[in-house]
Amino acid sequence: MTAAPRRPARASRAEQSVLLLLFFLVTSAGLLVSHNGDLLNQLGSVGAALKNPIVEALLVSLFLANILFAYLWRAHPAVKAVVGAGSLLLVLPLAGRADTSLLDLSIQVMIFAALALGLNIVVGLAGLLDLGYIAFFAVGAYTWSIFGSPRFSEILSYFGENPGATNASTLALGLFLTVITAASMVYLNRLTKRTAATAATTWSFRLASLGLVAGIILTARAILVLMSGQADSLAGGINPAFFWLFLALAIFTAAVVGVLIGLPVLRLKGDYLAIITLGLGEVIRVLALNLDLYSAGSQGITPVGSASVPWFNALAGALGFEEAQYNLLFLYLLVLAVIAVIMMVNVRLDKSRIGRAWIAIRDDEVAAQAMGVPLLQTKLIAFATGASFAGVMGMIFAAKQTFISPESFVLNESIMVLAMVILGGMGSLPGVVLGAAVVALLRFRVLPGLGEATANVDWIPQQVNPAQLQKLIFGAILVAMMLVRPEGLLPSRRRQLELHHDDNQEDDSVDGNAGALGRGNQGDVYSPGLAPANENDRSGGAK
Amino acid sequence: MDLATLLPFLVEVIVGGLVLGFVYAIIALGYTMVYGVLQLINFAHSEVFVTGAVVGFEVFRVLAGVEINGYLKLIIALISAMLVSGLLNVLIERLAYRPLRSAPKLVPLITAIGVSLILQDVLRIIEGFQGRFDLTYTLPAGFSGPFCGAESSCASVGTFLNSIGVRIKVTDVIVIVVSLVSLAALNYLVNRTRMGKAIRATAQDRVTAGLMGIDGNRMISLTFLIGGALGGISGVLFGMKFGTINAYSGFDPGIIAFTAAVLGGIGSIPGAVLGGLTLGVIQSLIGAMSVLGSVTGIANLEAIDASYQRIGAFLVLVLILIFKPTGLLGKSNVEKV
Repeated sequence: MTAAPRRPARASRAEQSVLLLLFFLVTSAGLLVSHNGDLLNQLGSVGAALKNPIVEALLVSLFLANILFAYLWRAHPAVKAVVGAGSLLLVLPLAGRADTSLLDLSIQVMIFAALALGLNIVVGLAGLLDLGYIAFFAVGAYTWSIFGSPRFSEILSYFGENPGATNASTLALGLFLTVITAASMVYLNRLTKRTAATAATTWSFRLASLGLVAGIILTARAILVLMSGQADSLAGGINPAFFWLFLALAIFTAAVVGVLIGLPVLRLKGDYLAIITLGLGEVIRVLALNLDLYSAGSQGITPVGSASVPWFNALAGALGFEEAQYNLLFLYLLVLAVIAVIMMVNVRLDKSRIGRAWIAIRDDEVAAQAMGVPLLQTKLIAFATGASFAGVMGMIFAAKQTFISPESFVLNESIMVLAMVILGGMGSLPGVVLGAAVVALLRFRVLPGLGEATANVDWIPQQVNPAQLQKLIFGAILVAMMLVRPEGLLPSRRRQLELHHDDNQEDDSVDGNAGALGRGNQGDVYSPGLAPANENDRSGGAK
Repeated sequence: MDLATLLPFLVEVIVGGLVLGFVYAIIALGYTMVYGVLQLINFAHSEVFVTGAVVGFEVFRVLAGVEINGYLKLIIALISAMLVSGLLNVLIERLAYRPLRSAPKLVPLITAIGVSLILQDVLRIIEGFQGRFDLTYTLPAGFSGPFCGAESSCASVGTFLNSIGVRIKVTDVIVIVVSLVSLAALNYLVNRTRMGKAIRATAQDRVTAGLMGIDGNRMISLTFLIGGALGGISGVLFGMKFGTINAYSGFDPGIIAFTAAVLGGIGSIPGAVLGGLTLGVIQSLIGAMSVLGSVTGIANLEAIDASYQRIGAFLVLVLILIFKPTGLLGKSNVEKV
């Protein structure tokens, strides 16, 4: 596996284009056929074989490998573009029309890819081990779920029944307090920049921040009480047109929470940081579990609405999709667009001043500081950026599931995302996306498929049914992977990345997930056309 | 409930917290020992500890029909749990950590997570084959009652506690005694023996220790053995304290114990104990909040339930780390440039 990839000859460029196209056509055909129920029934025994969950999972993985190959292989740029765009925009939706679960799976893969990209900034670039990353995902999800579901009207009616002494003057007081304290905080901040901070200024700053919190709470409460008359009209959640506003809000809220969590803890290093982020992640989850009024506790919030886009529905209908699939298709395209943006942001960040500052901090904090990198600020930006990616995906996740409960935000999920980053290759964008795809495919398709296929085999006891062994198999893959190839599937090669990025292939590799890679034959699968890589290059993450 | 009954209740809560704290402390020691020599968060330790609990369960189950003294059974259970967990820990180190000695720090961390996932399923399968998923400890007769029943001859402290209405269970006393004995043994081992000196030397500087003729790998294995054995002890104690255990129940105490280790200053043995006790008492107090709330009639206190225990633990951790970034007893390491 660690064998150096064969150096491709320049002359083979055209040949690989053909190979890529051929592979694309074959796997696409396989995917389309295997997900078409009517056709399968007519095919008799071949159809039955194709219906086998293992074969199906294999076909999906092979198909997704397309996109990876389009990124990795040396082919004509036009061919790459055709394969990438064709896979994501044409074949997948078409297959998804026949089998909705495929769309579902793709969205899930991409959500995890975005999460992994976000965590990659925090862990891979800035070197801050964050074990509570999924909390930001939760923040984004709850930001929308509370408002996009009947929950909001329940909150309003609760405040309507328990108004306390709140009235319009409370609102005025709250607003006044907020403005005054915020202004004084800004003033104090400026003051301490000019002259050294004294005990008096520090304490008044703290006092002001307390006042700010109190002011915001008063204002929010007053607004909720004053709005409580409209509880009935909001019984189905707020107008779905607000979806877009909340998409921005989710990003913002998650980033703010990232900064709030980061501010006190980013002075810590290494394992202390790891455990404290883990703790704060758990705190957010337990709060979601216990603040029944806002989050419905362990029952979860349902149904969470989604954006209504009439023209899109009309389009999807014209393309032959069923009504139940409209929303899923819409979310699929939305995720695709969001991830394209995230990739772009990532590529830009990677080459920017701030990206270099992150890497400097990761490599040597003291030296970076000595070179004038503002430590806390730079780390906070990393936290906030990673968090905002998670926030936006959390919201889309909520809209896709139409159901949100604290179950989805357990520590295991944080670890899963971390595993994606490390499995793929820390610090390397395509690697991280590949890692996310491999892990997500394993979790949602391959292992359940194996479990389903072996459920009725006599000589396999139910206790060792692969569906129940997900943790074991996953753990074994993690261990084996780390022992054999600790730098990840696609180690970061900054130089190569720079050479490739303007091919606009990152977007296509978004879904670039060779599930086949996860099943033990890594490396050689894509070696035929792998661009020359120096095995001795230290990957960005490996230090 | 008036003050006269509230006071014994509070004493009970604190004692319960201390008992819990000792269990955490012993688990935390397992983390801290390994961290001390390798600077590695051994995520698999929570499963090592559960393995100890499972072994303890099996021993108690097998010995249930045997006519021997209950305390002998306990000792057999403890020793078998120590052996199995210790060897398991050594095995884990050999297979999953040693090949990665020179790799970046995150890599063994990931294998630790992987090993922990593997062990969870392996334990579940092993017990699942026999139709057991939630193991319920059936303790020898005499273990389950209150420490000072009406009938027995109590020590004077016990009589006193009994007279003011504080009930302390036999298992609680056992937990405290066993913990204290293991702490004393560990202290002796690490601070008074040549072996302990070698371990400490390895922890401080593996290369230089190697130059002095100390076999680093052996010392690391030994540390894992000791850490695993402590995990085994704490597993049995945990099983005795809580009564039930399953393949996944290592997660929660594992996280809390690791928090305790960090709280005390990871790598420091007294720190782990202090952190464990602190967290145990805090959790116990938070658990008692709702009772206090119902006594005083404060609805907000009443609403605090057990799930806030973890929040409390983490908030204490955050607060302490903000003021002392290396934990209560941790030494701040000077940055070398």
